[in-house]
Amino acid sequence: MTSGAASPRAAARARGYLRAVGAVLWKDLAAELRSRELLSGMLVFALLVILIFNFALELDLATRQTVTSGVLWVTFAFAGTLGLNRSMAVERDRGCLDGLLLAPVDRSALYFGKALGNLAFMLIVEAIVLPAYSILYSVNLFHPGLVGVVLLGSIGYAAVGTLLASMAVQARTRDVLLPILLFPVVLPVLISAVKATNAVLLGLEAAELWPWLNLLIAYDVIFTAAAFMLFDYVVEE
Amino acid sequence: MIEVRRLVKTFGLKPVLRGLDFRAEPGEFVALLGPNGAGKTTMLRILASLSRPTLGEVRVAGYTLPGQASEVRRLLGVVSHQPLLYGDLTAEENLRFYARMYGLSDGAGRARQALESVGLAPRRRDLVRQFSRGMQQRLAIGRALLHDPQVMLLDEPYTGLDQDASAMLDELLRHVAAGGRTVVMTSHDLPRAADLATRIDVLSRGVIAASVPQAEITPAGLIELYRKVTHD
Repeated sequence: MTSGAASPRAAARARGYLRAVGAVLWKDLAAELRSRELLSGMLVFALLVILIFNFALELDLATRQTVTSGVLWVTFAFAGTLGLNRSMAVERDRGCLDGLLLAPVDRSALYFGKALGNLAFMLIVEAIVLPAYSILYSVNLFHPGLVGVVLLGSIGYAAVGTLLASMAVQARTRDVLLPILLFPVVLPVLISAVKATNAVLLGLEAAELWPWLNLLIAYDVIFTAAAFMLFDYVVEE
Repeated sequence: MIEVRRLVKTFGLKPVLRGLDFRAEPGEFVALLGPNGAGKTTMLRILASLSRPTLGEVRVAGYTLPGQASEVRRLLGVVSHQPLLYGDLTAEENLRFYARMYGLSDGAGRARQALESVGLAPRRRDLVRQFSRGMQQRLAIGRALLHDPQVMLLDEPYTGLDQDASAMLDELLRHVAAGGRTVVMTSHDLPRAADLATRIDVLSRGVIAASVPQAEITPAGLIELYRKVTHD
């Protein structure tokens, strides 16, 4: 009897949870579609970085192939920081973060909504930067494996970045604080992503690629689980 | 409806609330007055489950905070001096977003109803960032009323409003209170608080230093009481 009654209640709670995640994601995408402030900032920055590297690294084709993974992930990481800062600044503006926190939903739903939004913005920027990089550096980036690596790296970055951006947004020095907090923590993700990208682009054997992919998957799971447990404490006074 | 016992809140080593006791009965409109730094906003944020009490007991409609925060949040409507609205969404989109966050079944209908109740239906498709401060505050009240809350918490809702917008907000708050809701409002505006509230509490140095029913005090008497309590 009890489990029969609990099951529809649990299903209703799960539906409410997913509805809140979807609502936060929809709100971020709808607001960005209208203002385009976050994406344009990230894109201009990312394209400028690869353009500057293109002039700075006047290397032969083989050397370019080896530096590609580093240049790409430096670009994604710094552009991602801009996006995270802007994404949380929107919540701070007009007290919107309080509006979210007042909703009668599990607060981890807010985290997942924001993290999915940040991930979507990162993936959009990456989808534009990768072909641009390919043209500028004459490097073939059209490897199916690269899509998986970029996705896994971006998930890890957005998972930990959203949590730390929620923490930093409450500080007066938030713009400076976020990179200081984020980069030491996200370093394992970036190193794994750089190594895995390199393995894909250089066509190394699977035995050399999988350890880095496994590491990426493990970090993604650990960071997402940690953020799920900690978000409530991070946003509450 | 609201019961607070021996509430203590400290930020680091700095105590803001020092063993505060407070009660609000169902249907009561309590104006919480006090000088800057007295702890009014901190108390309201604790009642709204936005801040954890350091010590003490807080109950809203029988639910305890912070343990049953989700149940309490379902009963609360909060209006602060910030509108808690997204500038890049339209008025209607904002309300539909909050309707989804509150799990309301007819979000579009509720949003339309709320817009009509605050007189913003003709501007429903305008972006909130294009609204005046007064219009944003009216929409904020619409947002807070969307899920028909039993308790309204208002944190200095008149901040930054001109005379006309303040008069309009007076009407809205009377309408809110007339619905039988329990209202707690912090304010620096003594005459307005005396006009709207059924009870006036003065918060000073982290405790409720005076509490009087509105019917038992004149506006001049309130000013005198406020001076006495906050300057002693």
